[in-house]
Amino acid sequence: MNNDWKDRIVRMSGAAVQKCMRCGKCSATCPNYGEMEYHPHQFVYMVERGDTERLMASPSIFECLTCFACVERCPRGVEPAKVIEAVRLEVIRQKGANHLKPDDLPAAADEDLPGQALVTALRKFAK
Amino acid sequence: MQKLGVFVCHCGTNIAATVDVKAVAEALGREPSVVVSTDYPYMCSESGQNLIKDAIREHSLDGVVICSCSPRMHENTFRKAAAQAGLNPYMVEIANIREQCSWIHKDREEATEKAIVLGRAAIAKVLLNTPLTAGESPVTKRALVIGGGIAGIQTALDIAEAGFPVDIVEKEPTIGGKMAQLDKTFPTLDCAACILTPKMVDCAQNENIRILSFSEVEEVTGFVGNFTAKIRRKARYVDETKCTGCGLCTEKCPVKKVPNEFNLGMDNRRAVYIPFAQAVPKVARIDPDWCNMLKNGKCGLCSKVCTVGAIDYKQTDTVLEEHYGAIVAATGYEPIKVDRYGEYAYAQSKDVITSLEFERLTNAAGPTSGTLLRPSDGRHPHTIVFIQCVGSRCTPEMGKTYCSKICCMYTAKHAMLTREKYPDTDVYVFYIDVRTPGKNFDEFYRRAAEEYGVHYIKGAVGKVMPRADGTLDVQASDLIMNEQLHINADLVVLAAAIEPSKTARRLATMLTASMDTNDFFTEAHPKLRPVESPTAGIFLSGVCQGPKDIPETVSQASACAAKVIGLLSKNKLTGNPCVAHSDEWMCNGCSNCASVCPYGAITYLDKDFRMPDRSTKTRRVASVNPAVCQGCGACTVACPSGAMDLYGFSNSQIMAEVDAICK
Amino acid sequence: MQVNETGAFVPTVVAFCCNWCSYAGADLSGTNRLQYPSNIKIIRVPCSCRVNPMFILRAFQRGADGVILCGCHPGDCHYTTGNYYTRRRMTLLFSMLDYLGIERERTRVEWVSAAEGQKFAETMKSFAAEIAALGPNRRLEDLRCRK
Repeated sequence: MNNDWKDRIVRMSGAAVQKCMRCGKCSATCPNYGEMEYHPHQFVYMVERGDTERLMASPSIFECLTCFACVERCPRGVEPAKVIEAVRLEVIRQKGANHLKPDDLPAAADEDLPGQALVTALRKFAK
Repeated sequence: MQKLGVFVCHCGTNIAATVDVKAVAEALGREPSVVVSTDYPYMCSESGQNLIKDAIREHSLDGVVICSCSPRMHENTFRKAAAQAGLNPYMVEIANIREQCSWIHKDREEATEKAIVLGRAAIAKVLLNTPLTAGESPVTKRALVIGGGIAGIQTALDIAEAGFPVDIVEKEPTIGGKMAQLDKTFPTLDCAACILTPKMVDCAQNENIRILSFSEVEEVTGFVGNFTAKIRRKARYVDETKCTGCGLCTEKCPVKKVPNEFNLGMDNRRAVYIPFAQAVPKVARIDPDWCNMLKNGKCGLCSKVCTVGAIDYKQTDTVLEEHYGAIVAATGYEPIKVDRYGEYAYAQSKDVITSLEFERLTNAAGPTSGTLLRPSDGRHPHTIVFIQCVGSRCTPEMGKTYCSKICCMYTAKHAMLTREKYPDTDVYVFYIDVRTPGKNFDEFYRRAAEEYGVHYIKGAVGKVMPRADGTLDVQASDLIMNEQLHINADLVVLAAAIEPSKTARRLATMLTASMDTNDFFTEAHPKLRPVESPTAGIFLSGVCQGPKDIPETVSQASACAAKVIGLLSKNKLTGNPCVAHSDEWMCNGCSNCASVCPYGAITYLDKDFRMPDRSTKTRRVASVNPAVCQGCGACTVACPSGAMDLYGFSNSQIMAEVDAICK
Repeated sequence: MQVNETGAFVPTVVAFCCNWCSYAGADLSGTNRLQYPSNIKIIRVPCSCRVNPMFILRAFQRGADGVILCGCHPGDCHYTTGNYYTRRRMTLLFSMLDYLGIERERTRVEWVSAAEGQKFAETMKSFAAEIAALGPNRRLEDLRCRK
């Protein structure tokens, strides 16, 4: 149990993991389910339990497309995609790679990159 | 100098755990006028009440303050005790130190201090109390039941059995409600029509029951024992007294493409129709939106074939005014609209249906005569997916926050019946939890899974996608296998949440009955007075109070009837003596009070007054009818001269409380 | 002016609650053990329309720092129209208090139904906090009434 970590994720994401009623709608609606080791409902559950290491070590968190289908469909307003995003952010910060020079950005951004991804990247890397 | 007694209740540890009751009794004992101040573990108990009575007699007390639970709980208990000891019951005041003190504070010192202040406020108030005597009002021995579903039917039958006349007002052309649309009922699988229609016939035949079908309550005035209701009897263009229900007109009517509400639009009816074969009253109704004669005056076929001359194209709405002693709300429910959940493709595919539609599809009187066929192509479905909790247990933004209670069981029933009738069908039920509290309920659900081979899958359906070949791709999660599934289904059934009837809100306003945030009627006490509304004389029956199944509805309906019978069997009701009264010397006859009074309780009299100079002057002064006044106090504030005041909550009393609190 | 052991200002708050909705809502928050500050004292009135603006002024005069008036939701009044009168009267009172230079936040009207125990507790908490932040009521308090 790692409560500090849990609180930080909850604070960063603004999501309400304790509201989850374990219906599995997020996983049912996830378009990239097959690629994941852990699935959206598990992300939420693991954060709620404070199960840090396994979740942060898992590549699953980077399989999330941040399509927000789970956020849209969740009947309890848990917002799993935001939780996952916060976990990703936490991983990146732990690695210390939380600085991105604005000059790096245009090269990395390709024309087809959705605006959402840009905003996500900025949130992730900007200090 | 008045003599007061203060009694502090421990309520076991409910109060004593956070409030130092001894200190409260001691502190209040030092207040002027208090001659006796004591504490006791349970003031409401027999011995506690005796303690109060003895103190009243021994010290010949003029007033009593009881520091205990909410006055909404035990005010009457203590008033009765005081009356038995010879003290006017309205010389009792309660300081609420449980709900509004001990239960909401954790700090003992803080809570004790607050309890003392609340006690002081009550003392300040009781010093200004005046002895009051309650007036009496007669009881109209007739009940009104609003809603003719199983709840309303059962309540009406029970009241009528006790010998009181009852009117059932039903907005549809027939009574029967939702239960009439059901096929079988869980957990015994008896046919809904077989057990409901005899009751409907009983209603029609009972001489104490008058069925006002196709009618709506428009206005309710009055108070417990003396309500007056205006009931709009909507025009059905068929004379109810003449129509024999032979159905000839419904066969001859040329307008054949009217969606049939009774079958939820899954087949058609005529413009003149009888809702279903066992309708009560079995009287036809002409639908003015479709009838050619009513729309453009061309047809009149039904009137030609009617052998008794019951068709009346000129019929208009009439308004019936009737007096009642008690009113029962039994307005029932509606399934929610499921179109908003786009992921289930209800609006895109005919083969995604609600459970109530499924019920009609399996009913022998339904659009398919009881054969389960896909609405799109009329073929037999081989794979059926049931989805639970559609719109239930959500955030308020996503749907209903409550559990609709009946879905788990009716889905088990649907799944079981499907497997029994069509063993070649695969049935999947996606559930979050299976909730089966109730007699023989869990056994029933287990039978569906164990004996009938229904596949129960813990998980949710993410989306339903209609495919080119007419089947439905159901994408779902299986939380136990931890995998995502795709099921190729022929039919998807949505267990839609239920919500109170849309008419209930308007009715609640009319009845001044309170509702919760979901538009369910609130009961006077959630545990101890579950069938009464907080408004005296208004009773609750069935789902309008909260989701419930048929057995529960029937027992609540009978409980409700018992309460109504209890009320109607009284000849007189003692009223509330806390009514407004005017100081005639101060009243200047401005009429402000009369214009704000919602009950019309204030009239003006021309009265002769003897003036200080011994002359006589006729002045116009307000006079309150205590039987009609309900004691809201609106007039007391509207009165510019301060002549109007309220017994029990007078200006001086409330200000004394304010002073005591702010000290 | 009351202060607690840490020296922080503890305001005196008077709450008028109508018997049918808000008082029952207050009871419900008690039944559900929802905590709110103990400096709020409730006075039961039959209907919010029984509350004469004079009572509110009296409370301020006697040293209350805030007054909150709770009634049934509009349309749900037990007496059909009582809370509509309240709404109008309080609007007038607010403009008068404005004129007197009393902070607008010191008086509040809230609709709390008998089923809203949670809302009641939260309203009370937020109101008490707001009043504590405002500090003591000095404008209307009559010092002769102080003990």
